[in-house]
Amino acid sequence: MTTMPATPLLQVQGLRTVFETRAGRVFAVDGVDVTVNPGECLGVVGESGSGKSVTFSSVMGLVRAPGRIASGSIRFEGRDLRALSPPDMRKIRGRDIAMTMQDALTALNPALTVGEQILEVLYAHDETLPEGRIMARRRAARAKAVEMLELVGIASAGDRLQYYPHEFSGGMRQRIMIAIALACRPKLLIADEPTTALDVTIQAQVLELIADIRVRLGMSVVLITHDLGVVSEYCDRVMVMYAGQVVEEGPTASVIQNPQHPYTRGLLQSIPRLSLRGQKIKPIEGQVPDLIDLPPQCRFYSRCSERLDACMNRIDMRELGDKRRARCIRLPEVKA
Amino acid sequence: MSENSNTPLITVENLVKHYGGRRGPISWATGKPPINIRALNGVSFEVRRGETLGLIGESGCGKSTLGRALLRLHEPTSGKVVFDGTEVTALKPDALKAMRRHMQIIFQDPYASLNPRRTVADIIGLPLMLHGLAANRREMRDKVAAIMDKVGLKTNHLDRYPHQFSGGQRQRIGIARALISNPQFIVCDEPVSALDVSIQAQIIELLTGLKRDMGLTYLFVSHDISVIGYLSDRVAVMYLGEIVEMGPVETVLSNPRHPYTQSLMSAVPDVDHPGKHQRVRLTGDLPSPQSPPPGCKFHTRCPLATDLCRVEAPPRHDLGDGHTASCHLIDDNVSILR
Amino acid sequence: MTVADDAAAPAMAADQGKSLFKRNLENFAENRLALASAVLVLIFVLMAIFAPWIAPHDPNETDLFRRLQPPGWMPGGEWSYLLGCDGLGRDILSRIIYGSRISIFIGTAVILVATTIGIVAGLAAGYLRGWVDIAISRLVDILLGFPYLIFAIGLMAMMGPGLFNIILALAYKEWVIPCRVVRGETLAVRELEYVEAARAIGASRFHIMLREIMPNILSPVIVVSTIRMADVIILEASLSFLGLGVQPPTASWGSMVADGRAFILEAWWVSTFPGLAILLLVLVINVASQGLRDAFDPRFNE
Repeated sequence: MTTMPATPLLQVQGLRTVFETRAGRVFAVDGVDVTVNPGECLGVVGESGSGKSVTFSSVMGLVRAPGRIASGSIRFEGRDLRALSPPDMRKIRGRDIAMTMQDALTALNPALTVGEQILEVLYAHDETLPEGRIMARRRAARAKAVEMLELVGIASAGDRLQYYPHEFSGGMRQRIMIAIALACRPKLLIADEPTTALDVTIQAQVLELIADIRVRLGMSVVLITHDLGVVSEYCDRVMVMYAGQVVEEGPTASVIQNPQHPYTRGLLQSIPRLSLRGQKIKPIEGQVPDLIDLPPQCRFYSRCSERLDACMNRIDMRELGDKRRARCIRLPEVKA
Repeated sequence: MSENSNTPLITVENLVKHYGGRRGPISWATGKPPINIRALNGVSFEVRRGETLGLIGESGCGKSTLGRALLRLHEPTSGKVVFDGTEVTALKPDALKAMRRHMQIIFQDPYASLNPRRTVADIIGLPLMLHGLAANRREMRDKVAAIMDKVGLKTNHLDRYPHQFSGGQRQRIGIARALISNPQFIVCDEPVSALDVSIQAQIIELLTGLKRDMGLTYLFVSHDISVIGYLSDRVAVMYLGEIVEMGPVETVLSNPRHPYTQSLMSAVPDVDHPGKHQRVRLTGDLPSPQSPPPGCKFHTRCPLATDLCRVEAPPRHDLGDGHTASCHLIDDNVSILR
Repeated sequence: MTVADDAAAPAMAADQGKSLFKRNLENFAENRLALASAVLVLIFVLMAIFAPWIAPHDPNETDLFRRLQPPGWMPGGEWSYLLGCDGLGRDILSRIIYGSRISIFIGTAVILVATTIGIVAGLAAGYLRGWVDIAISRLVDILLGFPYLIFAIGLMAMMGPGLFNIILALAYKEWVIPCRVVRGETLAVRELEYVEAARAIGASRFHIMLREIMPNILSPVIVVSTIRMADVIILEASLSFLGLGVQPPTASWGSMVADGRAFILEAWWVSTFPGLAILLLVLVINVASQGLRDAFDPRFNE
């Protein structure tokens, strides 16, 4: 596990991203703080409506109308990303921070070959390519593209550059997306549900690949997923999100063995685990609340088995010691 | 979990499903190459009364096709399916339609499995109308309301449209539709895979509760091994259209004997004990179902493959207690885990 | 497989019990231009229905003293013969009002016949596949190869003039257009799981085509058909212009334009006003049906 360095790689504070819909305003992200340190792997766990994907789309500056970032600060290596001009943000996107999406088939351009898509990124950002002479530049870029495909474990990479996305299997497409994301050696990789659509053996391959590259390049990774098993195996720290807010955060083993927030506890009790066969699972009753015009109270209130009247007020995150935080008033606060 | 009846509810003998093959004049004229996908390659097993038989395997293994072929939703190319004494595969269309009351299916996608232009009452009540199980509209609505209550839906939502429900609720509608004709057997085709984790648990509990109350038998198809481990009594592991291992779920999942099952189990992340498994890395890619390898279908990726494996298909070995596996090396008790 | 969005459903509570159709209708009403056009179409229809009460004069009453009389605002014109008179002294305004009956009736009739045939053929081809599909698709391909107007002219020449024959001649080729749309949509819908679910319950093929598939393909068909109505009206006008449409003395806008050709320089109003009527009706039908498409087509919606 990594030690806490001086400056975090990514520091998000008080992020609020709102979507103006016909039915009302939806704060998909409502006061979220995220810290990612160099070289660590942060797991972000949440279900539909938790805001986990929108949080990082906001970091990447990819949120478009009818959505916008309402408030909050996003600092990458100390720089304020929200203050950057679009051209400056484009330099960061793809080069320093890269993102992969869940559905590799739609995220890759079906009309371009795989090679062309990697070259796109290289031409946009790679300053080590020789200037001037086009053929030399192209050859150098092509060599790098082959290197990337080999890095992600695609055999006969040289030939495969000409193939189109649909000619690959799901697992390979995901790996190609990772190759594109890593082409410029980013400092931070945001992987949005990289394994949800994949078979379990391919899932293991992809995650091991990410872990392996992370070590080799000294990269930080944010792994967005709904699968607690994945988080447990691959992430140093985990952040649990619910209805647009972070409800619990801390070192993975600690959170999983000793969950503090009722939602985290409920989640862990509701997933079937092979090691706990024979023990009944306990589903969380109810559904995620409507995100439109939410009142300032605990969002888990309607589904919480331990709720109190006091939960009807605005609940802030509490420090629990041992680098753990949770958003529940029933928890003892530890002065940091 | 199984009832004391010894006769199995369903017996499947050598079920084969090939897609393509015959070339019609049009595809000859347009020069299209013939596709020949061997989705099911001679599958034989039985489903016992009152049990949940889990079916696991990865993409392309044929598990979804198997579920549908059992119900003749996809017509099997050859083979026999016997349901409660009746040979389903030999039934004429009218008799088959009558049989459908007893064997139903729950689909994976809660969005695509409900007709967006019909009300919930129409959707759930369709089996009643088709099989003459309701004398009039009033009776149909009463029965629909009763089953909606049973699956946890509000009965005053009878006249709503699917788009007004959440994913989990839609899945409940699909379950209600499958149950309303009082079937004996239900194929559950990945019924929770498309749902949020916390909703998955609700639906899993619903399905186990209903099975108990209504005395149902399930064939539960899933790619999620933890879910299968939780609710199955027995499990069958499929690879490229064949069952490679089968047996009581405890035994198969904690002590797998087939190399493929062993590699599958080593890849499942464990929430409580991360890093406990030794990962087994399979070599090579999954062969295409259009040109499956000769001999043992798994030999191209099996680190233990021998010459015999490349040439001859392995027989099904009985390992006792209902546990079977199809591997040439079974007697040597080798493990793919070093 | 993307995870289902459980959070969205409560937001839909506002659309209590509204069918997809009603929601689409509301979308349509928000498009002011389309709504205005739809109102104008309605006015044309009403004009056609109530022609005997609206038209100031008998459209077939000839009066050689009024031959080529100019419109009311020009010298020599009378306000009671607002748009002037044609070569036989018949009131142009009244003839335009009565002519709308022909255009709208034929347009509607052709579209109704063509759409009905098209839906039946398209459903059969798309769902039953096999020989049915091969036969119908080849027929569609062959018919599409014929140029529309020439084909209609040929048919009219064979069958002779008359209202019924015009409708037949135009519908003869028109049905392939909704048929192709329906077939395409059916091919897509038949793969959806709710169709498979209906089969699993034991529904007959007939039930599936009629009750499961058809309600889901009607939207694009209606949109295409309303757009085609404008084309059919122009075709009818063309046929009438060529003398192959309804026969004199019945007023058809197309024949009115033809009649005025001889006088186009001295008495421009004889051809121009019926021509403008065609233009206006076709225009408002097109705008209204574009609006319909935007409101009803799921690709533009969700």
